Amino acid sequence: MLGDSDRIFNNLYGFKDTSLTGARALGDWDGTRELIAKGREWIIEEVKSSGLRGRGGAGFGAGLKWSFMPKEPSGRPHYLVINADEGEPGTCKDREIMRSEPHKLIEGALLAGAAMGANTAYCYIRGEFRREAEALERAADEAREAGLIGADACGSGFAFDFVVHLGAGAYICGEETGLLESLEGKKGTPRLKPPFPAAAGLYGCPTTVNNVETIAAVPTILKRGADWFASLGRPNNTGTKLFCISGHVNDPCTVEEEMSIPLRELIETHAGGVRGGWDNLLAVIPGGSSVPLLPKSICDTVLMDFDSLQAVKSGLGTAAVMVMDKSTDIVRAIARLSKFYMHESCGQCTPCREGTGWMWRMMERFVVGNVSEEEIDLLDEVSRQIEGHTICALGDAAAWPVQGLIRHFRPELERRIEEYRAHAATRAA
Amino acid sequence: MPKLTVNGREIEVEQGLTVLQACEQAGVEIPRFCYHERLSIAGNCRMCLVAMERSPKPIASCAMPAADGMVIHTDTPEVQKARKGVMEFLLINHPLDCPICDQGGECDLQDQAMGYGPDHSRFHENKRAVPEKYMGPLIKTFMTRCIHCTRCIRFATEVAGVPELGATGRGEHVEVGTYVGKALSSELSGNLIDLCPVGALTSAPYAFHARSWELRKTESVDVMDAVGSNIRVDARGLEVLRVLPRTNDEVNEEWISDKTRFACDGLRRQRLDRPYVRCDGKLHPATWSEAFAAIADRLRGVDGVRVAALAGDSADAESMFALKGLMASLGSPNRDCRQDGAKLEAGVRASYLFNTTIAGIERADACLLIGTNPRREATVLNARLRKRHLAGGFPIGLIGEAADLTYAYQHLGAGPETLAELVAGRHPFADTLDKAETPMLILGMGALARADGAAVLFAARRLAEQCGLVDPDHAWNGFNVLQMAAARVGGLDLGFVPADGGRDTEAILDGAGKGEIEVVYLLGADEIDTGRLGEAFVIYQGHHGDAGAMRADVVLPGGAYTEKHGTYVNTEGRPQIGRPAVSPPGDAREDWTIIRALSAALGCALPFDELASLRAAIEEAHPVFARIDEATPANWAAFGRDAETGVDPFASPVANYYMTDPISRASATMAQCTATFVSGADTKTGTHG
Repeated sequence: MLGDSDRIFNNLYGFKDTSLTGARALGDWDGTRELIAKGREWIIEEVKSSGLRGRGGAGFGAGLKWSFMPKEPSGRPHYLVINADEGEPGTCKDREIMRSEPHKLIEGALLAGAAMGANTAYCYIRGEFRREAEALERAADEAREAGLIGADACGSGFAFDFVVHLGAGAYICGEETGLLESLEGKKGTPRLKPPFPAAAGLYGCPTTVNNVETIAAVPTILKRGADWFASLGRPNNTGTKLFCISGHVNDPCTVEEEMSIPLRELIETHAGGVRGGWDNLLAVIPGGSSVPLLPKSICDTVLMDFDSLQAVKSGLGTAAVMVMDKSTDIVRAIARLSKFYMHESCGQCTPCREGTGWMWRMMERFVVGNVSEEEIDLLDEVSRQIEGHTICALGDAAAWPVQGLIRHFRPELERRIEEYRAHAATRAA
Repeated sequence: MPKLTVNGREIEVEQGLTVLQACEQAGVEIPRFCYHERLSIAGNCRMCLVAMERSPKPIASCAMPAADGMVIHTDTPEVQKARKGVMEFLLINHPLDCPICDQGGECDLQDQAMGYGPDHSRFHENKRAVPEKYMGPLIKTFMTRCIHCTRCIRFATEVAGVPELGATGRGEHVEVGTYVGKALSSELSGNLIDLCPVGALTSAPYAFHARSWELRKTESVDVMDAVGSNIRVDARGLEVLRVLPRTNDEVNEEWISDKTRFACDGLRRQRLDRPYVRCDGKLHPATWSEAFAAIADRLRGVDGVRVAALAGDSADAESMFALKGLMASLGSPNRDCRQDGAKLEAGVRASYLFNTTIAGIERADACLLIGTNPRREATVLNARLRKRHLAGGFPIGLIGEAADLTYAYQHLGAGPETLAELVAGRHPFADTLDKAETPMLILGMGALARADGAAVLFAARRLAEQCGLVDPDHAWNGFNVLQMAAARVGGLDLGFVPADGGRDTEAILDGAGKGEIEVVYLLGADEIDTGRLGEAFVIYQGHHGDAGAMRADVVLPGGAYTEKHGTYVNTEGRPQIGRPAVSPPGDAREDWTIIRALSAALGCALPFDELASLRAAIEEAHPVFARIDEATPANWAAFGRDAETGVDPFASPVANYYMTDPISRASATMAQCTATFVSGADTKTGTHG
């Protein structure tokens, strides 16, 4: 279990003062100027060697991403865009940071901005997070007033501003290029890549998009050193991570834990265990609604990090752990996710626009068993016709839950088909 | 130059090409729906997926820049599966109503479904249905068929410059429409029909008239304006059913204007299909010999100087040449092809051509528009100006009526005084022209078809010479006259202007009113004030019962541009050949043959009796006609008249774009457009009750 001394977010629940004074008491904005003075190369190197991987879902190395930004000034401004469009079902970590630890985010933005030569950070917050946006605005005002950001941020000579922007609550605006489109005032539809944002992002300028948690972790990493961060977790899966545990557990919570903690330990230590005991567990979706679910047999031993979850054909995603006990109608649950992805598809590209609706309609029939056995394979094939063929990852995200269901619960699907047939036969007789 | 491997074959392509284009160069066909080479890349249909080595996922070849060392496979099972999958997705919500769809037979979806699609449906759910959208009188929508490729949206936004189309809704509820149910306010809207890869946007006037395989296709040239858009005329039996663009990058790329496309229903109405002779004040049907006899009777004993001829705006070069010959043998010096009285001189060819050429616009870096509204006068050429504008670094100034030209410009002033300021170097835009490397000006008929036209022409020439618009050393000529009549440049090239001591249009009308001109021969000339013809004996040769025929004493029925062989020289000076798609209705004949026959009836037979010998005679007298499809650069010389310019502001002569000639005036479709776009019915939007 992660000790308090190794925690990055010491005021995650807002039990302490969340204002600038309180944040300073917890170590925020301490020595920021000196960190900036060490130069962009140093910051990027430090983040690289800490092994910090993006906390938004894809897990791309943060330092590596920053290093894609042009080194030489090209005459165009550079932008840091912070993805606070926390729309992944089950995920509720970024909002805690914005509510209670806003100064970590702003300080992290300043340091990241300094590392990539970005004088402006846009924080794109999903529309529903009005209170969080207010908290962040308040913190940004405090920081601006105290000279921590602004024309001469922390007295470092580096000009930096932090802009809060509210979206309208579309899931697709959490996709980095969809977010950029929305931020530019257009309809939130993902862009084609290449060009990647580091070459042509916001308003066509070099841009890096990072998740809130990634950026908020940066100040502590730089202050305590890359080695400290890298010493937590397993190689390639370092540091601490916010886990959002929801569903059929006794105490749902968001908690910071060491990476690579066993799933069972995570649930039992922090969430009061599965409702009705571990043996009452049916399945867990370990990383937000997009990743395939895991049946109990895998949950028994799996570690919560990028690599071990990938090894069992799931993923860490946003580390939103959704626990389902044996009372769950697992097919209905996945059908609901299919409906979510159908609803949130932007409709731009063919496989996702047409395929998500098809999958949902089939899933609805699977719920009652009104399908033929061959349609199980058809459903799987349709999901694979979507996966990897779309402009953005929403197509993959829509396909994976369905694939996970078929992979681990095929007998349940078949049982429903038989049940439906038997029922139909009785009715006919 | 990146080198890449496509299906095991190494190929070197130009920098900046996409993988799809590279594959095409390697001779590999890539299916696609959303990709269109003249529009921005959307990459949304996903039909063009190909496998690239070292990429975990297939890539959209239309959007991926070709790079050195890429290894592309287009024939792996993985790629075939991806295509089949996309095809299946496109078809699940498509109504598959090909038997009742106008796109049937020329449908990308149909063709590619045959090539790449599944042979049966696995989709057992209900299909999506989308309500129809109103897009005006020209475009019929059937939005359930839409595959959301967004070609139409991109065309409207990028090429047409009217950002009125868009996709609303998300996911499978995405619908393409005009947001407010308003007719698309573009004169290029018909091109959406060609661009739409399915039957979602089809031609409203042509709806349910024919299947594409029933049509006889004839390559021809448009005469609705002086751009000379290359067209294909599709006919069945004796009827022209539709007009489509042909690709010609020098002229119209692959666009045509709505008038070009949709005015063809005017070819079936108000046609002159037999000769008429006026008797006791009324026109009576007659035979050809009766009509010729009536003309011969009237001409007997009339001195040539009391005879005159006017050529209309869509006359072909052959008939003008023949008429010029006939007039010469009658001893008449009075002839003119400038019905509107434009002060154009036939002597210096550069003075009446669009010397820069249409494609040359893309090389220009500054532009001054004088007394012209190119959007209405030469819609397709205006699209080229917009294209150049979008490329950036192209300041445009306008002297004349302010109007929405689909691109931003600086409005410098309204009339000749602003032009004079520029000539005097007192206007900052003169500086802009001066500093530009390849500046151009476009002089419209609104500036030339007026009393002080020759003075304006002179001022424009001075401006061109002062600001370095004409630079023969660098093969640049930025002086351009934007003609509006398809016949005009041909007429000027042929010298269909007053001979020595002859009368021009104004003087002919004047003389006819005073009785000094006894016989007037109108070759399709309807744009004159026929009330001024006085007591003159009027011979009208043409194809529509328009103003000229109403006034005529003898009507000789000719062929419209779709019914005859004809050479038309466009505003650039590019002679192009039109071909007959159908035969002229009833007793009507190709125009030059009428004049040839009349000449025989008058006892002064012209020295040619077949098209080839007529064309040989034209080429001998006027060598530019030998260079078909080529815009021959013209030599620079002095022209115009140094005189006082007037004070009236320049005004575009086109008040109603949709009705400018006898054919479009007879067209019901153009009448609908006039009602919708010009008479203001279109202020009503979908939110009005």
